[in-house]
Amino acid sequence: MSDDINRSAPVEWSLRAYLLLTFAFVFAPIAASFVFSFNVDRFPSLPLGGFSLTWYQQVAADPLVWEGLRNTLVAGITVSVLATALGFGAAYTDFRYNFFGKSLYLALALLPPTIPVVILGLAMLAFLANIGLSGAIHSVIIAHVVMCAPFAMAIIRLRLSQMDPSLEAAAWNLGASQWVAMRHVIIPFCRPAIFAALFITMAVSFDEFAVSWFVSGLNETLPVKVLGFLQGQVSPKINVIGTFVFLTSMTLVILAQILLMKRGTGGKAGQ
Amino acid sequence: MTSDPLVVFDRVGKRFGDFIAVEPMHLEIHKGEFLAIMGSSGCGKTTTLRMLAGLEAPTEGEIRLAGKRINDLPTWSRDTPMVWQSLALFPFLTVRENVEFSLKMRGVGKDERRQRAEKWLERMQITEFADRNVAHLSGGQRQRVALARSLVTEPEILLLDEPLSALDAHLKVRMQAVLSNLQRELGITFVYVTHSQSEAFSMADRVVIMSRGRIEQVGAPQEIYRSPRTRFVAEFLGSSNVFAGRVTEAAGRGILIETPSGAFAVPAGAAGLALRPGNEATFVVSDDRMQLSGARPEGGNALEATVLAEEFIGATAVVHLEGPGGEELRAQKSHDELARLTLSPGDKVWMSWGPEAGHVLPGR
Repeated sequence: MSDDINRSAPVEWSLRAYLLLTFAFVFAPIAASFVFSFNVDRFPSLPLGGFSLTWYQQVAADPLVWEGLRNTLVAGITVSVLATALGFGAAYTDFRYNFFGKSLYLALALLPPTIPVVILGLAMLAFLANIGLSGAIHSVIIAHVVMCAPFAMAIIRLRLSQMDPSLEAAAWNLGASQWVAMRHVIIPFCRPAIFAALFITMAVSFDEFAVSWFVSGLNETLPVKVLGFLQGQVSPKINVIGTFVFLTSMTLVILAQILLMKRGTGGKAGQ
Repeated sequence: MTSDPLVVFDRVGKRFGDFIAVEPMHLEIHKGEFLAIMGSSGCGKTTTLRMLAGLEAPTEGEIRLAGKRINDLPTWSRDTPMVWQSLALFPFLTVRENVEFSLKMRGVGKDERRQRAEKWLERMQITEFADRNVAHLSGGQRQRVALARSLVTEPEILLLDEPLSALDAHLKVRMQAVLSNLQRELGITFVYVTHSQSEAFSMADRVVIMSRGRIEQVGAPQEIYRSPRTRFVAEFLGSSNVFAGRVTEAAGRGILIETPSGAFAVPAGAAGLALRPGNEATFVVSDDRMQLSGARPEGGNALEATVLAEEFIGATAVVHLEGPGGEELRAQKSHDELARLTLSPGDKVWMSWGPEAGHVLPGR
């Protein structure tokens, strides 16, 4: 692009360097964790002692890790389904209806992520303990649904805002009752956003620590287990779990991004 | 036209809170006619169409389709398909799936669905795009898909809400021909909402002109054009010169009306017969009946006007003028004639017309 008179090479290069540094800053610690997970040494120090899968074997052999993973997966999958369903309902309500107090409704629906997690965790613990629902895997699920539904709502709401408002009425006009139109028009239109919401909410639940720590009791999720390990001893096993959790979350988030960016069949209707 | 109306709006009105979108109106739509509802935005034309489609519920009166009250029938239980201004094609479906949609919703089996959709794809000449996504079609092709999708159930009536507004001028004219032919061949009723006079007047058998929620006039295009019933219609059509004044002489078939720009003779017509000296009266003269000349012509009606501007309209041009009484006036002329007159803004020119060119508006 050197022939482009509206660009200047020094500026371009410094912007590129800036971008590179930002990524390095964000990903260096994670990369370090990844590298040390394959290091034979007990303590993370340079130079590296040598390649080894020891820590991976140890993690795979640890029943506590498997139990944590199972809890995390059960919670993650259930949370993503419930939060996406709730988020869809909330987003559709916003799209379809106008009613008194709608802005209050929207503010409330989008509130949970703005509450500090420690406060939310404590409140959840107090509340769930009061109604006899604390200390079990479903406690984690309930708490995470509250945290994740707003994300699902935001994603699906964005998609619905791209929809030609006459699309649904057109379906009714062509013989589809409201439920049928929901199934044949609204949901297909929102499909990419629905899947993106499923992945994002699963990733949020997968990573979430503070609230899980408060409410999970004996049914600890993987991040809570990791803290348990750290309190006992600093083991390179943490690096292994960290690498695994990072890769899983990144995969989910990237899948969601791909779905949200894909246009093609998605583009605005009726333009 | 049969005597049995297909649709009757029996004192049907619609209000949103305090706002009256449509005042209680009576309108009959005949079987097999092409009816255009025309008006500027906010006049209630789209609301009227949506009430017929079942997308808005009238707040008063009764809508009857083929003699049956349909007020409480949801839109999915009526067979009143609509072609939308945005077309509202389903972007996640192929052309064929779009066309099959209403058959599928009505529980028609797969094979029959395919067959019936095929017929409409062929008829609208979109078979070659059948398996394409609708997002990849041109404006005209999308238009045809929208028509096929609405007509596939072979309804008795088709509602169209400004379907051509997004097309360029050339395509618009071509689609007008497609629509006219289609309506004639199918023999079904078209109710066509538009703000475009040329669309309404070139396609419709009858035109309804609406303003502020009220029907101003219903009639054949020629009839409305030649004898607008109200000042609003005359001004809305835009090609008329409107003069308001007081009757000074009313002698049988001709009357004399004194306006700020002079006294003019007008044939009484149906509306003028009741006028007596002293009554207020309004009459219109169509812009193509106006003569322009440098000197005062002999006889007839004439006034001296000031040229404001010339507007180029294809084969002719419209000269905008101001009358001595401040009226906005216009004259449609050929380019040759204008070249002979050599007018420029600010010039004085004589405007004249034969007494037979005037048309007295009823009332007001």
